[in-house]
Amino acid sequence: MPGLATQVERYSVVISIGGVSVRVNTTDADFLELLQDRYAGFMSAEERAEFDFNVDLSPLAFADPDADVSVTCRSGRWFMERGDFRAEWEPATGTGRIYQSANPYSIDSVLRIVHTLVMARRGGFLLHSASAIRNGKAFLFAGVSGAGKTTISRLAPADAILLTDEISYVRKLDEDYVAFGTPFAGELAKLGENASAPVAALYLLAQGPANRIDPVAAADAGRELLANMLFFAADQRLVHSVFQAACDFVHRVAVYRLTFLPDARVWEMIG
Amino acid sequence: MTNRKLYVARSPRIAARKLGEEMLVMSGQGSTLFTLNPTATILWQAADGATPLDEIVERRICSEFEVKPEEAMRDAEALAEDLAKHGILLISEQPIPKPVSSVQESR
Repeated sequence: MPGLATQVERYSVVISIGGVSVRVNTTDADFLELLQDRYAGFMSAEERAEFDFNVDLSPLAFADPDADVSVTCRSGRWFMERGDFRAEWEPATGTGRIYQSANPYSIDSVLRIVHTLVMARRGGFLLHSASAIRNGKAFLFAGVSGAGKTTISRLAPADAILLTDEISYVRKLDEDYVAFGTPFAGELAKLGENASAPVAALYLLAQGPANRIDPVAAADAGRELLANMLFFAADQRLVHSVFQAACDFVHRVAVYRLTFLPDARVWEMIG
Repeated sequence: MTNRKLYVARSPRIAARKLGEEMLVMSGQGSTLFTLNPTATILWQAADGATPLDEIVERRICSEFEVKPEEAMRDAEALAEDLAKHGILLISEQPIPKPVSSVQESR
């Protein structure tokens, strides 16, 4: 007599970004394959992960496709919502759940949010910036959309290791700030390398008639860094942590304004 | 200018940091970043909840800037009220006790 219970196959992948590992569990083999393809280079063979998310794939009945992202914390549990997903996460247990359709963009957004929350507690941050390693040192190139992140990435010489053309991942390890590669790609549509190096400088991008590097006053550097940080939560303690991280970063790391022509010679001034 | 005693204290909802010559403060609620001018910075740093505003003005502001005490006091009251509207300072006619936990200014 066949058993009454239906056995559901569960698949898991561990995605490790910035040294923070997240296991994603799904019952859908096609979605698993999509994740393996999307995060190739950032998959971990480790069995253990710091955080564990179950993904429920279904069309969202509540979805307003134009809704902005909302991130709130209630009773120690984070709730994240946008037109295309809903997610919750409890840092104390390290577990969470994501409700979305079978697409790579929703989970990508959830991962970005979760990593910003994790980093905010640990003195790091995610930044709207391209980043690359050259001669063992990492360089960040920050700016809003159109400032030149993709352009400077495209112009990078062969000896540069591109960490990202869109979202940089910065952690404070001991007394150093270290940049990690991310799979969060911009217009280049190319995953960063899964590599890391101490941050040597942050360049605030501006396009102009000639290549030049100018120093930036500490307060201006702090303001611009904060303006380019990814942060979603209206949580006083985390907002203060992010603020202190930005101030500490500009206190320890050189910040410059990089005005550049869109040609490869700009890289002669970097590294 | 009034004869009432005013006390000012740094809001515990604010994080502050001096970068170079500028004091940046951030509100935790609206994630709003403010830059304080030199007078506001002095006021912020002296706002311990225990020292009356007129004493802060006399000791810290009049000694720093060439300004008459009455004029300095008027300006300081207006400034304190403006900072309070933005949630940066607390104002009271009584001394303001320190909160149990507050975000400290870091340097």
